[in-house]
Amino acid sequence: MMLSMAPYLFAFLLLVVGLYAIVAKRNLIKVIVGLMILDYAANLLLVLIGYRSAGAGAAPVAPILVGGPENVRALAASSVDPLPQALVLTSIVIGLSVTALVVALAIRLYEKYGTFDTERMRNLKG
Amino acid sequence: MEHLVPLLVALPLAGGFLMPIVGRLTKSHRAAAALPIAIACAGLAIAISLLGRPDETIVYWLGGWSFPIGISMVVDGLSRLILIIIAAISLLALVFSMDYMKHYTSPGLYYGLFLLMLTGMNGVVVSGDLFNMFVFLEIAGIASYALVAFGTEADELEASLKYLVLGVIASTFILVGIALTYNVTGHLNWAKVAEVLGTAGGAGLSLPMYVVAALFFMGFGLKAAMVPFHAWLPDAHPSAPAPISAMLSGVLIKACGVYVLARLVFSVFGGDQTMGVILAGLGATSMVVGVLMAVGQWDFKRLLAYHSISQMGYVVLALGAAAVMRANGVSDAVVGLAIFGGLFHLANHAIFKSLLFLCSGSIEYATGTRQLKMLGGVGKRMPVTGACLRVAALSISGVPPFNGFWSKLIIILALVLAGYYTLAAITVVVSFLTLLSFAKVQRYVLGGDPSEAARGAREAPVGMCLATVVLAVLCLATALVIFPTVRARLVDPAVRVLSVRVSEDRPAAAGPAVAREGMGR
Amino acid sequence: MQGMSLIVKNMTRLVAGFIALFGIYDIIYGHVEPGGGFSGGVILAASMVLVVLAFGEEFSRRVLSVDVARVTTSLAALVFLAVGLGGYMVGKFFTNFLGRGEVGELASAGTLGISSLAVGIEVGAGLFGVFVALAMFRRTGTGTRREMEIPHG
Repeated sequence: MMLSMAPYLFAFLLLVVGLYAIVAKRNLIKVIVGLMILDYAANLLLVLIGYRSAGAGAAPVAPILVGGPENVRALAASSVDPLPQALVLTSIVIGLSVTALVVALAIRLYEKYGTFDTERMRNLKG
Repeated sequence: MEHLVPLLVALPLAGGFLMPIVGRLTKSHRAAAALPIAIACAGLAIAISLLGRPDETIVYWLGGWSFPIGISMVVDGLSRLILIIIAAISLLALVFSMDYMKHYTSPGLYYGLFLLMLTGMNGVVVSGDLFNMFVFLEIAGIASYALVAFGTEADELEASLKYLVLGVIASTFILVGIALTYNVTGHLNWAKVAEVLGTAGGAGLSLPMYVVAALFFMGFGLKAAMVPFHAWLPDAHPSAPAPISAMLSGVLIKACGVYVLARLVFSVFGGDQTMGVILAGLGATSMVVGVLMAVGQWDFKRLLAYHSISQMGYVVLALGAAAVMRANGVSDAVVGLAIFGGLFHLANHAIFKSLLFLCSGSIEYATGTRQLKMLGGVGKRMPVTGACLRVAALSISGVPPFNGFWSKLIIILALVLAGYYTLAAITVVVSFLTLLSFAKVQRYVLGGDPSEAARGAREAPVGMCLATVVLAVLCLATALVIFPTVRARLVDPAVRVLSVRVSEDRPAAAGPAVAREGMGR
Repeated sequence: MQGMSLIVKNMTRLVAGFIALFGIYDIIYGHVEPGGGFSGGVILAASMVLVVLAFGEEFSRRVLSVDVARVTTSLAALVFLAVGLGGYMVGKFFTNFLGRGEVGELASAGTLGISSLAVGIEVGAGLFGVFVALAMFRRTGTGTRREMEIPHG
C-alpha cells in the first residue's frame, strides 16, 4: 500500500519544497521559483488524483477517443479520469499569469533597489 | 429573468477586455470611465432586479447541461445580498476614480483591471461549483495584485509582492483542498458535495474532510484577512490607490473570503461544531489583535486597514458562534439573530469602511499626505469630506443612530442570549477601543488648527464628493434595515439560507436540494 | 536587445515558420488530439519570441509590434465571449449552436472549435505581449508615478 501512495507523497514533498523556498530564501528570484514549484506541485497532485486502475490488473489508458463513437464505453471503462486533467490545464494557465505578474514586479523592484535581496526591500513596518 | 445571471459575469469581462482598446483612444480618466460606469450601473440594475423574488433560488445551468455534471450558477438569498453590496460599492468607487486617478497614468489599464476584479468577485458569488469558484477567485486575486502595485512606487511594489506571495500560497492550499474534495466525494458541484457529505456517515465528517476543512480555512482565512493570516493586509490596503483600497477592504475580503467561509461551514459541512469553534476563535482573535494594532498607528490608511481585520473578526465571530450555538441546541431564534447580526455587520462594514477609505483618498488628494501627525484642521477647509468622515467614524465606532451601532448591538445581544458572556464582554471592549482610535482620528484629522499640509487644501472635486456623500447617506439608510419590512426583503432570505438545519434523513441543506430540483429546467 | 549571430538568424528563418505551423495545428486539432487552445497558443507565442530574440527589437518594432499583440488579445477574448453569448440564441449561455459532426473529424466540435481558435490566438498574442513588455522595459531612473515610461501608449 505504501508503494502505491508513493506518487502522492512525492507531490506533497514537492509542496513542502516549494513552501520552504518561499519562506527561507532571500533572493527574490528563488522565491519566485519556489512559487512556481508550489503551483506545479498542486497541479501534479490534481493529476495524480485522477488515476483509476482499469480492473483485472491492466494499465489504464489516456482519455483520448480514437476510431469513432462506438469506442466510448470501452474508453470510459479503461481510461483515467479526464476531469482533473481539464482542471490542471486551467490551473497551469493561472500559474502562468501569476508568474508573469510576479516577474514584472521583480523587474520593477530591481529597478528601484538595484538588488534582488528581499532583506533590503523591507520598507513597510508595523 | 434568470438569463440575466451570466451577464453579471459576462458584462464586466467584456468591459475588461475592451478597456485596453478604449485606453488607447483617450488619455483622460473621465472619458475612459464612461464604459465601466455604464457596466457597473447595469450590474447594479441586475442585482436589484434579482431581489424580485427574495426566497427563490435561481439555478442556471450553462450550456444546457444538467445536474450533477454541468456547470451551474446559483443565486440564493445570501448571494443576492453580497451581489448588491458588490454592485453598489463598485459603482461608487468608479465614480470616485474618475477624479482621483488624475495622479496616475494609463486609465485603460486601471479600468480594465478594475472590471476584471469585478468579474472575479461576481463570479465567486454566483458560481455553483468549486473549481469555477476557484478560477474566478484567481481572476479577482490577480487583478487585485496588479491594482495594488498600480502606482509603482517602491512601497507599493513591496506591498504587492507580499500580497501576491501570500495570496498564491493561499490559492494553492485551496486548490489542494479542492483536489482532495474531488478525491473523497467524486464531484465538484457545491450542492452535490453537500449532499454526499450529508448522507455519507451521519456520524460527522471523516478525517480527509477535516484535512480539507483545515486547508480551506487556511486559504480562505487568508483571503478574508483573519489573524494569523492577516500579514498582507496592513501593507496592501494602504499602498493601493484609494478607490482600490475601498474595493479591497469593502468588498474583496468579503466576497472572496467571508462569503465562501460561510458557505463552507453552513451549507457544505453542515454547521459542524468543531468548525464553528474554529471560526469563532479566528474571529475573536482577529477582533482583538486588529484593534490593538490599530490604536497605535499614525498612518491613516494603515489604521483603517487594521480596523478592517478587526471588523471582519466581528462578522466571522458572529457566524462561528451561530454554528456552535446550533450544534449545542440553542433556540433557532437566537441562532438566527446571530447570523443576522453577522450579515448585517458585513453589509454595514462594506459601506462605512469604503466611505472611510474614500474620505482618506479625498484628504490625500487635497493635502498630499496621510500621516495623522501632519494633518490637522482639515475639517474647516473641506467641509463635505469632513462631515462624511465624521459620519463614517461614528458608524464604525457604533454610535447610534448609525448602522454600526445596530449591527454590533445585535451581535452582542445574540452572544449574551446564548450564554457566551466572555465573548460578549470581549466584543464590548473591542467596540470601546474602536471608538477610542476613531476619536484619535477625528481629533488629529478634523480638529485643531490647520496644519501646513491642510493650509493649501480645497474641497475635493464633484465626483469624489458625490461618492462620499452617497455612502454617508447609506450609512444612515441601512440603519433602517432593522425595521421588518426592509429586512424581510434584504437580509432575512440570506439568514434563512444559512440557518437551515441539518438532519440525517435529508441532504445537507435546503438550498442545494432546491438546486437539485431545478435540474429539470 | 540586439539580435543574435548570423547562424541563429538563418536557422530561425528556416524553423520559425514550422513552429508557428505546429502551433496552429495544435489549436485546430485540439478536440481530436491532445492540445487545444492553451498549448497551441503557447507554441505560437514561442515561435514569435524566437523571431524577436534572433532578430532584435528593431525588427520587432517594425514587424511584430506589441500594439498589434495587445489589440489582438482583447479582440480574441471578446470573440470567445461572443461565442458564449451566442449560446443565448439556442438556449442558455454557452450552449452549442453549431452542428456536431462525426467524432474524430475536424469539423466535429461545434462552438468548441471557434472557442479554441479564439483562445489560441489570445494566448499566443498575450504571451508575446508579456514577453515584449518584460524584455524591452524602458527605464528612466527611479521614476515616480507619472514619469515611468513603458513602450506602449
